[in-house]
This record gives sequence, structure tokens and C-alpha cells, in this order.
Amino acid sequence: MSATDAAVQEVGQRPTTERIVNDFAIQVATVNGSGSQTANLVLLRSIFQMGVPVSGKNMFPSNIAGLPTWYTIRASAKGYIGRKKEVDFLVAMNPETAREDVLTLAPGAAVVYDEPLKLNELRQDLTFYPVPFDKLMQPITHDAKLRRLVRNMVYDGVLSRLLSIDMGQMEKALRKQMGKKQKAIELNMSALKAGSDYAEATFTKQDPFVIEPMNKTQGMILIEGNAAAAIGCMMAGVTVVAWYPITPSSSLPEALIDYLKKYRRDPESGKTTYAVIQAEDELAALGMVIGAGWAGARAMTSTAGPGVSLMAEFTGLGYYAEVPAVIFDIQRAGPSTGLPTRTGQQDILSTAVLSHGDTNHPLLLPSSVTECYTMAMDAFDLAEELQQPVFVMSDLDLGMNTWMAQPFEYSTKPLKRGKRLDAEQLKNLGQFGRYRDVDGDGIPYRTVPGDGLPSYFARGSGHNEQALYSERADDYVKNLDRLSKKFQTAKTMMPKPEVDMAAEGGIGLIAYGTTHWAIVESRDQLNSERGIKTSYLRLKAYPFSEELNDFIDRHDRVYVVEQNRDAQMLSLLRIDLTPQRVLKLRSIRHYAGLPIDGRSVTTDLLKQEGV
Amino acid sequence: MSTPTQPTPAPGKKLNRINLEPAAYRGSKTTLCAGCGHNAITERIIDSFWELGISPDQVLKLSGIGCSSKSPAYFLSQSHGFNSVHGRMPSVATGAVVANRKMIAIGVSGDGDTGAIGIGQFVHLMRRNLPMVYIIEDNGCYGLTKGQFSPTADLGSKLKTGVINDLPPIDTCALAIELGASFVARSFSGDPKQLKAILKAALSHRGTAMIDVLSPCVTFNDHDGSTKSYSYAKDHEEPLSDLSFVPFFEDITIDYDPGTSTTVSLHDGSKIVLTKMTEDYNPTDKLRSLSLLHETAMRNEFATGILYVEPDKPDFIDLLGLVDEPLAHLDESKTRPGKAALDEIMESFR
Repeated sequence: MSATDAAVQEVGQRPTTERIVNDFAIQVATVNGSGSQTANLVLLRSIFQMGVPVSGKNMFPSNIAGLPTWYTIRASAKGYIGRKKEVDFLVAMNPETAREDVLTLAPGAAVVYDEPLKLNELRQDLTFYPVPFDKLMQPITHDAKLRRLVRNMVYDGVLSRLLSIDMGQMEKALRKQMGKKQKAIELNMSALKAGSDYAEATFTKQDPFVIEPMNKTQGMILIEGNAAAAIGCMMAGVTVVAWYPITPSSSLPEALIDYLKKYRRDPESGKTTYAVIQAEDELAALGMVIGAGWAGARAMTSTAGPGVSLMAEFTGLGYYAEVPAVIFDIQRAGPSTGLPTRTGQQDILSTAVLSHGDTNHPLLLPSSVTECYTMAMDAFDLAEELQQPVFVMSDLDLGMNTWMAQPFEYSTKPLKRGKRLDAEQLKNLGQFGRYRDVDGDGIPYRTVPGDGLPSYFARGSGHNEQALYSERADDYVKNLDRLSKKFQTAKTMMPKPEVDMAAEGGIGLIAYGTTHWAIVESRDQLNSERGIKTSYLRLKAYPFSEELNDFIDRHDRVYVVEQNRDAQMLSLLRIDLTPQRVLKLRSIRHYAGLPIDGRSVTTDLLKQEGV
Repeated sequence: MSTPTQPTPAPGKKLNRINLEPAAYRGSKTTLCAGCGHNAITERIIDSFWELGISPDQVLKLSGIGCSSKSPAYFLSQSHGFNSVHGRMPSVATGAVVANRKMIAIGVSGDGDTGAIGIGQFVHLMRRNLPMVYIIEDNGCYGLTKGQFSPTADLGSKLKTGVINDLPPIDTCALAIELGASFVARSFSGDPKQLKAILKAALSHRGTAMIDVLSPCVTFNDHDGSTKSYSYAKDHEEPLSDLSFVPFFEDITIDYDPGTSTTVSLHDGSKIVLTKMTEDYNPTDKLRSLSLLHETAMRNEFATGILYVEPDKPDFIDLLGLVDEPLAHLDESKTRPGKAALDEIMESFR
């Protein structure tokens, strides 16, 4: 357990003779702005290159420099890439937090620390490796600023020796990280080597933690969810992007800008086939997206909870005027400003019915970087097919942390542009009524400016089938009912849940988004430690599809696991499900701002089961 | 100076250069109060589009919320309309114009829609110099909610309930000039000749053309003591010059006396001819424009006409470096990179 998590944990004293191979968590405690990110990513990447499944989670402050930050790297031979809250190997570089970081470790853990901190005096049940970082840095460079930035590479060198991480892989990872900056590479290599040499000359291995090569990462990539989503947006043919900076969303549009610059220029003129606008606020960002969507462009924005709150008004307009829009919500911990650099699934309920009046919005629920990519493409298709704003509910853990994945597959499916009229269709239809339900699915046909087809007047005020202003009760009710029918149609178009029916008649689990990774691990724990089998349904979208009812019917009790205080998805389920089914639902919640972990789910479930 | 000639109408029918009758430029019947200044502005918009021969299906007409924002329904019924949300028309217009750079955009707002709830978006629209005509139908009050003060209400003016406005008005023209709009004008709904000339010039300009049109609210703000009443505006309007507009397609030589007139060439080749009236006014001098606005405001007068114009300023579309074809109509082959691009990206993450 670390200072970053006050929850109870249950790791006992380990016998020192046992070797623990490829199954432990390293936590690096530093000060933000000290350049530790490079060292951490090099460490992560070198373990990955050795074929060992790995994940990295950054717990950073809402600050630019000077506050504590923790980076946790988990190696897991079994391939668990969710969070593990127990820290096995601590690198204590931050004097501010070092004491608490050490005091909260479980017995048997190992600590590499900056020698002057004298942490070895605090505990008798840990393995300590003191390293004189400043002294080791002295011969490397005289530049004090560089020394401070490169200093962190020394611990990578030390860990390379202590954990048996191949130095060749470290160097390769460093080169990958640094690109072509030869001078920086040399400097970092010197620091790496200084750490490794020092550890070799000074330490006898006393802890059980070891990295050994495997072959479980072959061909895979390491990527953040926001970059994955950006790639999806580009491949979906986005043409208008309007955004306003906010943590933890900004890296999505920023990555997108880089890709668009590189891959979306007209080869002949060199001009762009896209526009990116940094708006004055989130209201304007979605306003631009709605304007562009109305004009026929594939348009998107990306934001986080506070931005979604501001976008409520335009989301309602998009719903009622029936304008396609794609909105990424990289959820962070609220309410209000909340914890901008911590994760959560706290915007589910409010986003599903965002804006005043009767509204419902489709939500996509990616749980992996791969789904950030695929669901970005799905979102643009669905927004145009359904002619309404569609939200992609990612979160900070997924968006900003580094995840392993198979390389993304190129989609050859044509883009789905929905019921956008052409002259031929218009001829068949006879008459154009923008909001007329021709096909009985609630989805009308639309035209866009410049297509030479009949125009219409879009508005957020009451309107009839011909898009004319109307305050008539019959027009109003008919329109609202059609929108409701459209949402029913949406149910058949959203990605279906992923179901593993392993314990029919017994316990079912329902989860979504990044909670998935804790569920995978918890189900294994329940099975291997307690012999409890569980079924699992992973929601991929709202509105819910028919499979959900079936899943609940086939189980005695169903736990809905999510990362918010108020059981938001459970509340949405309550609205949709029959009272009989609702009675079967139970709730497991996690809302500390840190990613949910498998052990917490297991503990909570066992408690509710009375085991 | 001669008056620019209009296209010769075909015998029996009044047609413009794309063979459309004025009726093709009308909208649905107005639901605003009889005598509302906004209706007069609507008529001038119809005249201007017809006279310039702009095809209605090439037009985007947008608005926010309020009496003013209802008016796009009353002109150009064949155009693409979007009555958006209160104070947010600028962002919707920005997205739409960026998505289709070929369309001609006209936005109608009010003094509350622009000066209060929408001031943030107004500011950034002006900064971006988005190519569009932005009209403020300015009556100094909230008509649709029954007469409350707006941010352009006169200092010291009085509501029917006796409430006094003790805040100074915002001068939207001075603000627009300061912020970077490249065409800024003020007119009066009761001055059809000047308003039409300004509208036509604005439609020929590339960049944001911001026009503040004083437009008396006959129901709530047409009383004595209101500077937005018909009688006050008529008495205190101070036209800078006698304004004429020559569209690019009327390639005629204007006969004017060099000492009394100035010509400004617009982006598309059209010309604005300003004939000296009260002073020798140069609308391309930003500082002069701003000081004029302050001077006239001190005298409780309105300078009307084209206050400021910067014909060659790059607009937002230029800055974005977009392809010529509208983004909204780009084919999948142009917006979706090939497999090689994805492979290259994937390789960078290995």
C-alpha cells in the first residue's frame, strides 16, 4: 500500500527466499516537473520490450512543477493491466513524501532511495537500497539544470541491475523516447550507466523481485487512450475539430492536430482537408461543432466534466434540431473542479440526459485503447446515422495512461453518412420534410447547404415536420414521440455488450469502461482464491440493448461495478429495467480518484456475499 | 456623382442578374410588431440580396434568440437557416462557414443577444474575422421578454415601471473595430437608402462585416428620452458621408469630383463611394474611426455609415489554409488516410 491509497490491504510478510518473477508493482515517487516521466517511460518500455505484460499509471498533481507525483509500473506475467494498489518496489525520490511512502509499504517491499533521506531508519521489515544520486551525477555534467533532469535516469540504471532488466533494452527504450536528440541520449546513457555500475558494485540482491524475459508482448504497441482516440477520429474522416483546453482531454485534440498535419493535406495544393479551432470556451466549441455538423461536416470536440456541463445547452440544441456531433468526455473526478488529474466514471448519468427538457443521448463506453480507436469511428457513424450528438465516455486512466494493445486494424468499411439525401432519393421520396418519419424508425432525412437540394430552417424552438415554427400541441408531441422512437432505434445500432456467461443462476457482474480491467482480475481472484465463479457483462454503450435483460434474467444477483459514488450506471439501469430485474441489482463503487483495482472489487463483493 | 445603374429588368418582369424576382428573396410573414424597426431591416436585406443577384441557396442565415433573431424566417425562404441558442450564433456560424467556405453567411442578432449573453462569442467572432455579415438589430431593450434593459440601453433611460438604467451602454461598433472586425458600420432602420448601400457593401466584403442598426422597439422603447426611438434617431443621426455602393459586376466609371469623394475597393472588386458630407472621413483609419465614435457619443449622436473598413485583411478561412472544396463535401477518399498511414502510426508506438 502506498500513501496514495488509504484503503485496507492485505499483503502479509513474504519469505525472502521466494523469487517473485514478473508479478509486482514499482512505484516511483518524484516531484512533478523534475523530468521523471522520461525515466519512468524508459523503465516501462524496457520491461515491455522484454516481453512482459506491463502497464503504467501516472498519479500527478494539477500543477506544473513542485508537487508530489507517483508513477506506478506494474509487471504482470498473467497479463493483468489494471491497477494494483499494493506497491512492492518503491523508488523514493521526493523528500516531501518519502516518509509516508515508506511507512505505508507492506512488509517485504524494497526501497531504492536518495541516500541523504536516511529512510532505512524508518522500518526494519523492508529491503533498503540507498543511492547517492547527487554524487553519482557529479562526473556526468556540470550543468546544474541538466543534472536535475537527467538525475532520474540513475534510478533506471539501479533498477536495471536490481531487477535484472536488460541494459540493452533500456538503451533501446531510451532511444525510442528521445528520438534523434543524440546529445540528450548520450547524457541519459551516462546516468543510466552510473546507476547500474553503482548498484553492481554496492548492492547484494536481497529482495525477491525479478523481471525475466517472456514472449507476451510480441507485435504489440504501447499507447495512451487519447492518442488512440485521435487516430480513430482522423481515420473516421473528421473535418472540423473545435476544442477548449482541459485536463485530461487536451492530449486528444493535440495528438489529433499532429496527425492531421501529417496525413491530411491535399497532396497537390498542400492545403488542409480539416480545420481545427481552439474555441473561446466549451460552449463555443460545441457551438462550432453543431454549426459544422449542420453544414454536413464530420465534426467533433473533446472535453472533460466541467466542459460537458457547459455544453449542456448546445447538446440540447443538437438533440432537438437533430444535428450530428461527436463529443469525447475524458472523465475526471468531480464535482465542480474536483480533482482534475484524477480519474472517475462520474459523468455517466448527467451526460445520458444532458440539457433541459426531455433528452437522451447515446453514450459509447470504451474500456481499452483499442476501443478508443474503434469507438471514435463508431461515434462519427452513429452521430450521422442518428443525427444527434453522440458521447464517447473515456476517462483519465484510459486517456492519459500508457496501455498495451495489439496494433489497430485498418477499417475498410465505408463511412456511414446516414440519411443524407441525394437527388435520386429525393425523387423517390416525392416531398422533402426535414423532420418527417418516412421509414418508421424515427430518423428523418436531411439535406446540407451546398448540395443543391431543398433547404430547411433548423431551430431549437418548436417545429413541425416541415421544420416550420410551430407551437401546436399535436406537432410538439408528435415530434417528441418521434425522437423517442429514434432512441429506440439507436438501441439496435449501438455496439452490443460483451458477455461471458460462466455462472448461470449465480453471480453476474456488470461493468463498463476502465472498470473492466479490475473485473478481469477480480473474477480470477474469486475463482482461484474462493472457488466462486461469476458471469460478466461488459456494457459498451447506452442506450442498453436486449442482451442486458437476458443476462439479468439468467442470474440470481447482479453486481454493477463502477467508479463513482452514486451508482450512476445502476441508476440508468433502474430507469430502463423492470422492477423485478432491478431487485436483482447490487452495487460496487469505487471513487477515490484512483483507478479501481481488482482486489477492491473482490473484497467488496465477498463482503456483500457475506463470505 | 452619378447613381450606379441597376441591371435592366426584362420587359414585364422585374428580374435580377440571375433571373429571379424579388419574391424569391422573401420569407414568411413577419410576426413582429407593426412598425418594428426589424421589419424595415428585413426589407433592406431582401433588396440587397436581390439586387446583388445572390442565389438564395448559396446563403446561410443564422441567428440567436430574441425578436431580432426571429427575423431570418422573414427573408430568403430558400436559404439554409439556423435559429440557434441565445447569444451563441457566432460559434454556430463559425462552424458552418468553416465547414462550407463557399456559402455566404448572414447572421442576425440583437443588442441583448450580442451585448449581454453573447458578448463572449461576439468578441471572438470579431477577432477571427470570420467571413460573414453580422447584423445587430439594436433597440436597447429585450423585446421578447417585455422591455427589460439591454447593454446598449442609454444611461439614465427609464423603464415603464420607473426603473432607471444606471450603467453606461456598450458601443458595439467601437468594440468590433478594437477587436479586429474588418468592416464596421452603423445605420438606422429608418434610413433605407444608407442601410441598403451598407448591406450591399458588407455582402461584398470578405471578413466579418459588423453592422449595428438602430432599430426602434415600438412597443417598449420608442418613448421620448430614448435614444433608440424613431424621433431621436432621426434627429441625431449623423451620416458621415453620402454612401454609394457599386457591385463588381457593374463595371462603370463613376463620375465624381475628386475633392469631395473617396472610393474604397473591396475584395471582390466592388467599390464603396463615400461622398463628403460633414467631414472628410477616411474609413480605413482605425484610430480616426474610434475617436469619431467617442466624439459623437459624447454629443449623444450617432455617426452612421461605414465607420471602418480594412478590405485586404486575411479572414479566418485564409488563416486556416483550407482546401478550396468545402470540407463538408469532401469525399471519403480525401478525408480518410490509407492503410499505410495507420501502419506508420502503429509502428511509432511499437
